[in-house]
Amino acid sequence: MVKIRINDIPLEVDEDMSILQAARLVNIYIPTLCYLSLHIVHEHKINASCRVCVVEVKGRRNLAPACSTKCTEGMEIYTNTKRVIRARRTVVELLLSDHPQECAMCEKNTKCQLQRIAAKMNIRDIPYRGEISRPNIYIESAAIKRDKAKCILCGNCIEACSKVQDVNVLTYTHRGFKTFVGPAFDVNLDTTKCVSCGQCVMVCPTGSLSQTVVTNEVWNMIHDPTKHVVVQIAPAVRVALGEEFGYEIGVATTGKIVTSLRKLGFDRVFDTNFGADLTIMEESNELIERLSSGENLPLITSCCPGWVKFIENEYPEYLNLPSSCKSPHEMFGAIAKSFYAQKVGIDPKDIVVVSVMPCLAKKKEANREELQNGGFKNVDYVLTTRELADMIQEIGLNFDSLENGVFDNPLGESTGAADIFGVSGGVLEAALRNAILTLEGKCPTLEFKNVRGYEGFKEAEVSINGTKLKVAAVNGLKNARKIMEAIKNGTCEYQAIEVMACPGGCINGGGQPFHKRKMSRTVIGKRIEGLYMQDRSKKQRVSAQNTSIIQLYDQFLERPGSEKAHELLHTTFKSSK
Amino acid sequence: METDKQKFDELSAYIDEIGATSHELIAVLHRAQHIFGYLPREVQEFVADKLHIPVSKVYGVVTFYSFFTMEKKGKYVINVCLGTACFVRGADKIMKEFETRLGIKNGETTEDGKFTLSSLRCVGACGLAPVVQVNGKTYGNATVETVSEILKEYGGE
Repeated sequence: MVKIRINDIPLEVDEDMSILQAARLVNIYIPTLCYLSLHIVHEHKINASCRVCVVEVKGRRNLAPACSTKCTEGMEIYTNTKRVIRARRTVVELLLSDHPQECAMCEKNTKCQLQRIAAKMNIRDIPYRGEISRPNIYIESAAIKRDKAKCILCGNCIEACSKVQDVNVLTYTHRGFKTFVGPAFDVNLDTTKCVSCGQCVMVCPTGSLSQTVVTNEVWNMIHDPTKHVVVQIAPAVRVALGEEFGYEIGVATTGKIVTSLRKLGFDRVFDTNFGADLTIMEESNELIERLSSGENLPLITSCCPGWVKFIENEYPEYLNLPSSCKSPHEMFGAIAKSFYAQKVGIDPKDIVVVSVMPCLAKKKEANREELQNGGFKNVDYVLTTRELADMIQEIGLNFDSLENGVFDNPLGESTGAADIFGVSGGVLEAALRNAILTLEGKCPTLEFKNVRGYEGFKEAEVSINGTKLKVAAVNGLKNARKIMEAIKNGTCEYQAIEVMACPGGCINGGGQPFHKRKMSRTVIGKRIEGLYMQDRSKKQRVSAQNTSIIQLYDQFLERPGSEKAHELLHTTFKSSK
Repeated sequence: METDKQKFDELSAYIDEIGATSHELIAVLHRAQHIFGYLPREVQEFVADKLHIPVSKVYGVVTFYSFFTMEKKGKYVINVCLGTACFVRGADKIMKEFETRLGIKNGETTEDGKFTLSSLRCVGACGLAPVVQVNGKTYGNATVETVSEILKEYGGE
């Protein structure tokens, strides 16, 4: 412990604590732009590149960046002297002088950290005029839009791409005035190993990285009288959308979301949860088959398109391991344009399937050529949680005052097992419940707590029908790489593995509401708890108990793994090496 | 004429010989540029693959150091010194003369791939100012006439 004083307040702190952390202990605000604490992955990024957090340290000639300067015995720190305020102001003014002045049109408007800091510093004019280092150049991939001009070179995205995800696509390139951040050879992200997880978008302090927006296309479909537009929402959306309208983090606003979707003009409001229950029926059947044949083990889940892209990029020799199941929203789309189309007597060519997802990779997934049947894409458009919030704002709905609606049927019914698809460990837990119920006739234990939570790697041992099974759930692609290396080295002892690309699972996906505390345990933890509450509130908590699913098999698919099920609900993967 | 395959084999042999890891990236790029004359995308991807590092890292290093180039250079690289001493003694006129005669600008390469025109800042031969270098060979006290002689010497006229 060392004794220090910050703005004349005495305090005692750990030796390796930074000035920034110490100041936060006594509620002294020091603005930051490039500092990033990624609690749930146990990382702190400190590259002291923005210089917004400078403070004065008595006896030291230069101002010190608070994020990277450690507290030492007797240190006297001042965070708001004339010199500090002036330097900080200059830094922000310089950043703004090289930044497009188009806040009103920016996706990050009102959520931009640079904008927030400029407002806090009361900056009303920029005294610097000169050459702009990077003119506005937009590069749009299927999921992620880059605007080079808005980059402040903080390096947060590089941290997310390399340290958190180990995908290593983004990097600093060139030098000096010409420095910028991007992939090698400055190409479109679609042609790189980018998996579109969108974690870079989540940590970008400005609008330099944002989502590829399709709200206009969706409006056009809604307003086209010849189209029957059905919408589905992913589990993780219901416990996050409320944040955009002032609700407490993790509070489920499912009923209000359903009503708002009807008011937006969608013809039917369905639930991806239905697709999740269906996925479990197929996937647990696949697990049982693989366990009995002893082939293609471990079975690895394939719901997460970021993860699917990752294994296609990095481990194409193991493409026999992911479950052949399509992801839940794609299964939903396949059923909507076949079973449902027949039922309501609408030509599938006139049915438009829109998914609302917490995810950017789903945008890209929807374009995969394998994910279509009879010449029709399973899913036509993917909106994110943020895009849905934008559409609700656009038509001026007062979200809070909406009554609670219920999903349409038959593709709106779901069990608690489907709700937990949005959290790391949830798909595995749902599959275990179903496999145990199928093989033993009952499922006395519903909660597998060992695989819950945002930790990157979790394992459990379960017994199904007398057979011991070792299973694991990993989240974050860095951990996915570790498990793939274990498989490669022959040291993997699991029979089933769930992988989600984003740390914590879909609740922390690249399409979720921005939060200034990025990847904080509290934020992610509350969203996770929100979904487990949904699960507990359901009467049925095992997918096989979903009566609409039972009917679907009776009337249409026959049984899990049938020829028809394979045609509609299963897919293939391809090496992208 | 060495084929691309031979060049890649040579680079590969070098990497294996020194047992290069990611730490030797700059040395490897140095050698690669020596072999290929420049560092096109395929070479960077090859290096990344061999050293087991992301290609983004290789590209970051290549674009950071001005020594590395992704542009194919001409057979003869003409460097006009634009340092202070050479400049005050008329290096800008020599540069202009090269530009007019070759029909390219500073930094460009002629269409036939014969000449690349570029500039540098002081080669430590200020007593000979203005100075021109062609593939490392130095020409001192250069004048507009020297430009003709140089181009003639390398078969550019």
